[in-house]
Amino acid sequence: MVTMPKAYLDHAATTPVSGEVLRAMEPFFSKRPGNASSLHAYGREAKEALDSARAQVASALFCSPDEIVFTSGGTESDNLAIKGACLANRHKGNHIITSKIEHPAVLATCRFLEKQGFAVTYLPVSKEGFVSPQDVEGAITQKTILVTVMHANNEIGTIQPIAEIGKIANGKGVLFHTDAVQTAGKIKTDVNGLGVGMLSLSAHKLYGPKGVGALFVRKGVRLEPLAHGGEHERSLRAGTENVAGIVGLGCAMALAQKGMENEALREQRLRDRIIETALSEIGDSWLNGSRQSRLPGNANLGFKYIEGEGLVLLLDGKGIAASTGSACSSMRLEPSHVLTAIGLPPEDAHGSLRLTLGKGTTESQVDHLLEVLPGVVRKLRKMSPMRKGLEWKGTEAGHG
Amino acid sequence: MADMYSKKVMDHFYRPRNTGEMKKPDAVGEVGNPVCGDVMKIYIKVKGGRIDGIRFQTMGCAAAIATSSMVTELAKGKTLEDAQKITRQDVADALSGLPPIKMHCSNLAADALHAAIGNYLKGAEKARAEKKD
Repeated sequence: MVTMPKAYLDHAATTPVSGEVLRAMEPFFSKRPGNASSLHAYGREAKEALDSARAQVASALFCSPDEIVFTSGGTESDNLAIKGACLANRHKGNHIITSKIEHPAVLATCRFLEKQGFAVTYLPVSKEGFVSPQDVEGAITQKTILVTVMHANNEIGTIQPIAEIGKIANGKGVLFHTDAVQTAGKIKTDVNGLGVGMLSLSAHKLYGPKGVGALFVRKGVRLEPLAHGGEHERSLRAGTENVAGIVGLGCAMALAQKGMENEALREQRLRDRIIETALSEIGDSWLNGSRQSRLPGNANLGFKYIEGEGLVLLLDGKGIAASTGSACSSMRLEPSHVLTAIGLPPEDAHGSLRLTLGKGTTESQVDHLLEVLPGVVRKLRKMSPMRKGLEWKGTEAGHG
Repeated sequence: MADMYSKKVMDHFYRPRNTGEMKKPDAVGEVGNPVCGDVMKIYIKVKGGRIDGIRFQTMGCAAAIATSSMVTELAKGKTLEDAQKITRQDVADALSGLPPIKMHCSNLAADALHAAIGNYLKGAEKARAEKKD
């Protein structure tokens, strides 16, 4: 039997837990069931495991272990950073600066704070998706207590000038947070180089388990906790620690540091092949995001006259897992706020395709994608009443 | 995502019936808006008061494509009067249902069919009026 080639090209959504991570976690479910707060041997064993995971995460971020707070993932880290800092610093001011292309975990948190009396500036971005450091500088007022800008965008892959924004925020004495969920374990995330006071990350984006993440909180930064209870995580996050998950996160972070540059280069080469081949073989297509300052594994392509949900489902039928910023794939029926913010008209935002590569992505999977993609686009365009003229530059014209 | 769709929806999405532009149709109906991501165009040929030929072109999600395909199947061979009675609900039922969120936005195929029939009848009326003159 010939099995259909499969290609999981949705690593920005989630990644598989690596074997080594799984093996590191396994004992902490049954064999070592201790609660890290207990005094006995079981508890001490769990505490040691937490300490060692904390050191692994701290080492990857170039910070001190006592600056790491474990959470349930990226969303909680963003919530704790933003709400926590704003509630702890409301005596100093009520103004937050962020961008229009942040993850919903940041945007929805900011909108919640607006209802609580905070004022939020949502900075626009350039066509390539960049926040301008000058815009950040111009937006800072006496009342600004937090700047939060993501390290790299989850949809279009644009890597922000975080270090420059950090210099500005620090120069004005404003706390700076970055959501590094898409970059941690993929590119260097040195909290000192970036100049951030807080940084969010999530394990399942870097071959660790779902349901665990971390927030870097620089020494001296005051946060109001969101979950009240015991004195876990320096009283910033009450609740018995997810020991197995945290061990998994620590292991995944340590593994990611090994060979990070080589893996980034490998994915970048595959990514560039996808971008170049797709754009040259399929007419009326474009790249969303920046060509240069881009996540190594992210290709976000736009195709005119078609709609992304159909694209994703037809690719799924060919064994390829991808995603889209199309409205029809979301429950809100609005095109992606990111694609809208970079200036795409809604009709073009509907035809986007996000392909995100990872450690498991092979050359032959990319071959398979590039074999299938032109035909899939062509099939949908043949059905589309929006098509104008001939859009094929490639050799596919006679087929399908 | 594919999970929220019935087998019938997926069948009509993967193998849509009666697609493509029709040369010299008797009437065309077009609904939707590219801004919303859904545009449907239905072409009909009418013979002896019946829909003799029908084709569609749709830009939209899987539900939009499947409903377009299904409405062409439902309308084929029907009298104009019967075809006009095909409702959005009939189309959704014939597809074993649609996800609730898609019932409104992507279920415009019946509207496109009615628009095509309406345009045909207007054209026919105009032709009669011109004959009388």
